[in-house]
Amino acid sequence: MSEPLLIVNDLVVEYPAKGVGRHAFQALKGVSVDIRPGETVGLVGESGSGKSTLGRAILGLAPVTSGSITFSGRDIGSLPRRERRALSSEIQVVFQDPYSSLNPSLTIEQTLTEPLLVQRISKEDAGARVRNLLDQVKLPRDALGRLPREFSGGQRQRIAIARALALSPTLVVCDEPVSALDLSTQARVLDLFKEIQETTGVAYLFISHDLTVVRHLSHRVAVMYHGEIVERGEGEQVTARPTHPYTKRLLLASPVPDPVRQERRRSERRALLDASEEPDAQVA
Amino acid sequence: MSEAVSEAPVLDVSSELRAVHSHLARRMLRNPFGLLALVILAIIVLGALLAPLLTSYNPGAASVTNVLLPPGHGHLLGTDGAGRDVWARLLYGARYTLAGALLATVVAAIIGISAGLVAGYYGKWFESTSSWITNVLMALPGIVVLLAARAVLGPSLWIIMVIFGILLAPAFYRLVVAAVSGVRHELFVDAARVSGVSDARIIARHILTVVRAPIIIQAAIVAGIAIAIQAGLDFLGLGDPTIPTWGNMLNDGFTNLYRDPQLVLWPALAIALTCIAFTLFANALRDELERSARPARRRRAAATAAARTAAAEPVQPGSGTVVHEEPDSPGSATLLRVEGLAVGYPQPDGSITRVVDDVSLDIRRGEVHGLIGESGSGKTQTAWSVLRLLPPGGEILAGSVLLDGENLAEASNAAMRDIRGVRIAYIPQEPMSNLDPSFTVGSQLTEPMRVKLGLSKSQAKTKALELLGRVHIPDPARTFASYPHELSGGMAQRVLIAGAVSCDPSLIIADEPTTALDVTVQAEILDLLRELREELGVAVLIVTHNFGVVADLCDRVSVMQSGRIVETGPARSIFADPRHPYTRSLFGAILEEDHARGPYAVAAA
Repeated sequence: MSEPLLIVNDLVVEYPAKGVGRHAFQALKGVSVDIRPGETVGLVGESGSGKSTLGRAILGLAPVTSGSITFSGRDIGSLPRRERRALSSEIQVVFQDPYSSLNPSLTIEQTLTEPLLVQRISKEDAGARVRNLLDQVKLPRDALGRLPREFSGGQRQRIAIARALALSPTLVVCDEPVSALDLSTQARVLDLFKEIQETTGVAYLFISHDLTVVRHLSHRVAVMYHGEIVERGEGEQVTARPTHPYTKRLLLASPVPDPVRQERRRSERRALLDASEEPDAQVA
Repeated sequence: MSEAVSEAPVLDVSSELRAVHSHLARRMLRNPFGLLALVILAIIVLGALLAPLLTSYNPGAASVTNVLLPPGHGHLLGTDGAGRDVWARLLYGARYTLAGALLATVVAAIIGISAGLVAGYYGKWFESTSSWITNVLMALPGIVVLLAARAVLGPSLWIIMVIFGILLAPAFYRLVVAAVSGVRHELFVDAARVSGVSDARIIARHILTVVRAPIIIQAAIVAGIAIAIQAGLDFLGLGDPTIPTWGNMLNDGFTNLYRDPQLVLWPALAIALTCIAFTLFANALRDELERSARPARRRRAAATAAARTAAAEPVQPGSGTVVHEEPDSPGSATLLRVEGLAVGYPQPDGSITRVVDDVSLDIRRGEVHGLIGESGSGKTQTAWSVLRLLPPGGEILAGSVLLDGENLAEASNAAMRDIRGVRIAYIPQEPMSNLDPSFTVGSQLTEPMRVKLGLSKSQAKTKALELLGRVHIPDPARTFASYPHELSGGMAQRVLIAGAVSCDPSLIIADEPTTALDVTVQAEILDLLRELREELGVAVLIVTHNFGVVADLCDRVSVMQSGRIVETGPARSIFADPRHPYTRSLFGAILEEDHARGPYAVAAA
């Protein structure tokens, strides 16, 4: 059994109180999770669950109040900026919004070579690597000289994936990477993620609100609610036969694309809500 | 996962407000005002630079015998009160005037931009301190400060312009701080940080490029102001009398106004032309930036894409639409019949981009009809055209929209106003942006009822509270008194649904009503819509891209692709047996429920 690549232990992320007499906001209340090399760990939750905050804390974009984040044996929880920058060749990110994750005034070539040039790779080597990356994400070579605005959402997301892979990271944090895409594009981009993992052995922390998407790609799944992990386990089992009431609610609330089965699921959901002790009065 | 739906590069210019500079420069030259401004400025600058070639006189050479000579006799524009050649003073004066303005602008720009970049990017105490200093500087009366400076430091043009530059720095500072704060939280900045790019490089590369154009506009305006103020000081006699400037010429001309009036004309003309040229340049640049921003809406680009693919196939009315027959004869009457609807956007070059082409569907009383498609399919445009609420530029090109026999496509605006809200209601996609943040929920609910139904204030309030209860809001009175920002997304959507049913419409058009909501909240909202349909018998046209929502709620479905309806019929029939290739490819793209990732194995890289 391989050593975990990333170990998050009892992580607490707290944002200071704004104003007098207000409480600090705890986005993460002691979260522990681990990712093994080449594994996909799915993180499911709704808005406010803290799933994006966990991703950002791993990337160094959110402040760590207590707890530890260990990467390849090194504690990266509170690294100073310069040392954090050295981690960029190991941990990378693909964001949700394809329209704001690429600088609109830079060409694709400039965007993709930036991480390479920062690591002091020569311009020629960077150019060759970038052409290689475009092949990997199945984009044409002439995309290099164009601007992001000339591409569709799915294509921009591929460019974002190419940027993430530029430095051959061992872990990529994927923050809802397909949520903003059309149905047919979603499927293709997910296949691309799987293919890349199979060829390069990169690990993913795959954050999503959609159980079906997470099920498709994840080996293991953790479900988050209000800053805590409420259920975790093998992906196949958590997304089909969950045990925690919240995960059950989540599963039954996602509509299935089949009227007959959806009617059945609706009555199962009704039964679950009626049977639950806590009144589902937290009307959102 | 079929490849039938190809992903052609779409000219997608979504949230794009920043133009590309190479295109911008070219567009500036084509803009008549921009070209004019650049030509005027070029002439003035050339005149200044080539002064020794254009005149042989020394601008400071006074001659008592040649005082106030009229134009001619070797002096192109005559001489001034001290016998100096006016043309020479004009040309050499241009050098000093322009150089002074340049100095003030550069000083203001350097201080303002660097302070703005640091304050905008790092925020916190630096931003508070700089903003405080900026506010103090802006509160100072500029000319009084310059006069004081002149009294202390002497009449040097350069010193005065440097101080003026400091006084003008806030103009750049505020501009840059606002732009940088806006961009600081963009995802591409986060991505750059994760890529290991240093702060300095992020500021220089990512943030500065975004702010370039507004800075240029500001510089042009500031340069114009600098020239005007400088001329003003010289005119008052407070400038340096030993150097030729346009202001000094104005001063001299004013002194000799009754003896030789045309002396005032030349410097005045020069100052005016230069300031106008700067202003025109700034305006033209701003116009070009806005023009590149205006077509930058997703709908419009999606419209272009849809039209392009639509135009590729020959237009045949109704052909290609797969209609599933009803198992039983249709029970209820038709409420809304859309026939041959075509919607398009006229383009500047005269062509019309069609986003909806020959769409026909009918909605029966009390049925939930799903309009499903991907982005660019025209489904939202169809829904908006029923309400006659197309975005600016959109028009209904052909076809009819019959509501109980009345054609909405040709109804007057007054007639449409009576119909909207009362007979056809609308539930939008983003609940929060559809509630006015300045008014309470209660006032926003009661206002349409009072206007449309003529209810009194208390009657409307009673009805509003009843509606809030009906949409299962736990504490109607409290929500009635709250402001929109105090509500969650799901509650805001319930409020909007309450508003939609408040005037008892016969049709509700719901535009992706649950896309912006969490999945558990979505399930509750769908339950609510179903309940309201059963209780009120209202028909619902629901626009969505989610097959699950369609399966949950809809009686009948129409599938749209590139502005056309490709398949329509009862929901069960379409799910059981999709016939059109596009519908099948969409179903093929839905992730299979049963497919899960295999167990983890230490894979070889």
